[in-house]
Amino acid sequence: MSFPWAEHYKPKHPFMRWMDDRLPLPRLVYNSVGKGYPVPRNLNHFWNFGVLAGLALVLQIVTGIVLAMHYEPSAAGAFASTEHIMRDVNGGWFLRYAHANGASFFFIVTYIHIFRGLYYGSYKPPREMVWMLGLVIFLLMMATAFMGYVLPWGQMSFWGAKVITGLFGAIPLIGEPIQTWLIGGYAPDQATLTRFFSLHYLLPFVIAGVIILHIWALHIPGSGNPTGVDVKSPQDTLPFHPYYTAKDGFGAGLFLLLLAVMVFFLPNYLGHADNYIPANNMSTPAHIVPEWYFWPFYAILRAFTSDFILPAKLWGVTAMFGSILLLFFLPWLDKSPVRSAAYRPKYRMFFWILVADVLVLGFCGGKPAEEPFVMISQVATIYYFAHFLIILPILSWVEKTLPLPNSISESVLHGEAEEAAPADIGLAKPATA
Amino acid sequence: MAAVDLSGEPAVKAEPNEQGGVRRRDFINIAAVSFAGVGGAALLYPLVTQMNPSADVLALAQIDVDIAAIRPGQAIKTMWRKQPIFIRNLTPAEQAAANAVDTGSLRDPQTLAERTKEGHANWLITLGVCTHLGCVPLGAADGEQRGEYGGYFCPCHGSHYDTAARVRKGPAPRNLEVPEYEFRTDTSVRIG
Amino acid sequence: MVRILGILVGLGFVGVAAWSLLWGAVAYLKEPPQETVEHQFHHHARDIGYSFDGPFGRYDRRQLQRGLQVYQEVCSACHSLQHVAFRNFHDLGYTEAEVRAIADRWPRKVATINPRDGAPAERNAIPADHIPSPYPNETAARGSNNNALPPDLSLITKAREGGPAYVESLLTGYHNPPANLPRENRPGPGLHFNPYFANLNIAMPPPLRPGLVTYADGTNATPDQMAHDVAAFLAWTAEPGADSRKNMGLVVLVFLLIGTILAYMAYQNVWAGKKH
Repeated sequence: MSFPWAEHYKPKHPFMRWMDDRLPLPRLVYNSVGKGYPVPRNLNHFWNFGVLAGLALVLQIVTGIVLAMHYEPSAAGAFASTEHIMRDVNGGWFLRYAHANGASFFFIVTYIHIFRGLYYGSYKPPREMVWMLGLVIFLLMMATAFMGYVLPWGQMSFWGAKVITGLFGAIPLIGEPIQTWLIGGYAPDQATLTRFFSLHYLLPFVIAGVIILHIWALHIPGSGNPTGVDVKSPQDTLPFHPYYTAKDGFGAGLFLLLLAVMVFFLPNYLGHADNYIPANNMSTPAHIVPEWYFWPFYAILRAFTSDFILPAKLWGVTAMFGSILLLFFLPWLDKSPVRSAAYRPKYRMFFWILVADVLVLGFCGGKPAEEPFVMISQVATIYYFAHFLIILPILSWVEKTLPLPNSISESVLHGEAEEAAPADIGLAKPATA
Repeated sequence: MAAVDLSGEPAVKAEPNEQGGVRRRDFINIAAVSFAGVGGAALLYPLVTQMNPSADVLALAQIDVDIAAIRPGQAIKTMWRKQPIFIRNLTPAEQAAANAVDTGSLRDPQTLAERTKEGHANWLITLGVCTHLGCVPLGAADGEQRGEYGGYFCPCHGSHYDTAARVRKGPAPRNLEVPEYEFRTDTSVRIG
Repeated sequence: MVRILGILVGLGFVGVAAWSLLWGAVAYLKEPPQETVEHQFHHHARDIGYSFDGPFGRYDRRQLQRGLQVYQEVCSACHSLQHVAFRNFHDLGYTEAEVRAIADRWPRKVATINPRDGAPAERNAIPADHIPSPYPNETAARGSNNNALPPDLSLITKAREGGPAYVESLLTGYHNPPANLPRENRPGPGLHFNPYFANLNIAMPPPLRPGLVTYADGTNATPDQMAHDVAAFLAWTAEPGADSRKNMGLVVLVFLLIGTILAYMAYQNVWAGKKH
């Protein structure tokens, strides 16, 4: 389902022929990640991160299933069973630390993957569906991670659950009944824990299913590339195997290396000390914070401090969810026909401001809700919404873009010339013959 | 468009006049994949061993049992490592009957002396688990059937054990297992 | 069309956020936030080094044994260590017989029942048991400690910012409140000033005195020494597998480094000569 010059699957071994005739799985693998899937030849290392996210999911599922063999989902026993895993289960400490740090790494690679999409216009036609499915995956990841963090039943587990489920109470009229229904009581307790355990086990498999749709939707038009110019001829592409399998292998090696450094030498660095205190519903921690990958959203939530017709809490909740939901509309907010920021100098400038803005939001989200962090969060929140909802639409009306190369292979050939030229001078007319 | 030629030779196609060249070129690929394979297999190890008994289960559960109240001819049932234990105070008649048996005729030859501690030959301590398929034999509690040989009887498939808990009849392959134990005092036994 | 709506929605959020910013700025300027008393007088944990710091640091077994002695003779009166089992003390270098003796002679007994009539009874600990708690439940603990709950110490060095250095700083950090400490922050009855504690006044009285413990290995038992040893011991109780984790980590990192280099070389090999 891609380009006419794609290699066809020709099984040589009689067993593979037999298998493929009855269940065309070998053909499917060949055509999606094998020699049968042509990929633009100019992909850079930012294209590694989708595969790394898939690898991270597999790691989480494998370590998670194995941890679930020892975990006790009861308010009385959850904390002790986690310590049992750390101390008594063979290799239990490794599985637990791999799972906890693996979650952080899953989010790191996913965030880089998303920002790759923002920079190179991967969300633009005809890949809108790929983008939206990706956002669904991201929402599912956040739900899974949130529920997973509740399971050890430490202080942050409990109070984080209390804060986030409390947000539902901010919804007018139906908020309180929804909150009680969600928690199964009046405060997070046994009922909440067991249902979170059940859903935490389930959702990763839902994520896997949506990932299949995500890749399927991608393989219809084929992968994008750093120039944003469509594939036009066989010279533009290389087969996925062995070129990108080799490149992804290298990327995976780096990923595992960094993960191993955290798991073996800094296993609690990304975590919070308070979660080693058993949950106590009578004593609130000094500063309730979620895990670092939620900090930008936490900052947006806490930025709305004044009522304005609606209560501030409701604005905060709406803005927090809105900050992700607005991304669904991105293909229609940014209608510039040029995909890649490499040829959109103004867009590129705003992109980097957005990156800095999200990092600032993240930093503030981890701090107590005090000045000056609240004011900084407010400014950063203003920019975030302005960027996607005001700046990008206007930009797509008025921006002057750089001339695009005629094709991928041309841009590859002229790579040296391009590098020599200053950033915002257009490419010279391509030489022929 | 024809002027742009980036394809070159596909990296993995053999070059006919460079047989050695192909092998050399493939070597690093094979080396990398093999190394990754070893790593993958190594990762499998903790995933498999985590299902082995954890340290708290392995911790030899030791129990101290007070046997002062067990009169000759009586037995008690207790638990050790989540399994039943029979502790019987053999009468002189039961000991004599056990010693009178020719061990050569036994399916699992053992003397009573081999199954008890020196100086405490009247104390028979065994697992209460039939060596056939694991049922708990009868005979330890008052009033339970003791089988044709006056020891224990397993109702599941009809294994009979004698006064030294040795299998005499029925499908059980071995005598009731004697666990590791020691007498701390004359009235207190430490099992495990 | 979407873009027009987007701009309107965007102006909405921006407006409301700006409204909050405006009022926040006004409040900040009218009444700048004061430094809290806690912030002014609180000290972060001292910078203390331990034998097990860093990727190459390892536990000092002698020190851990001394720390266990301090815990047993001083701390276990009020603080439980419920996630640690006696059999874990093999790690500290004790033989099986010594571990059994430590368990058997532990000042607290394990709850059990009388097998004859089911009444609550006690027995000596065996290696498989976890360290028995000084109190049967939280209410009893608070009752004996002026309504304060002495926390379980198994994970204390992972549950506090600063880790073992925090514990050691706290244990040796008691002194009289500074003269400029406001009246409402002075320690009330049953409380003691300690600048390393988050809200400055802690219910635990200073637990260490010179010579409180006579170390089995003859080390001089000054309060600093005891605090250092028990902090190291509590780092071990929180993370008994740290040494083997770091050892394994070195092997894994070397393996992955070689594997990544091989993967890089294979990648370069596959792409050799291909323009991209």
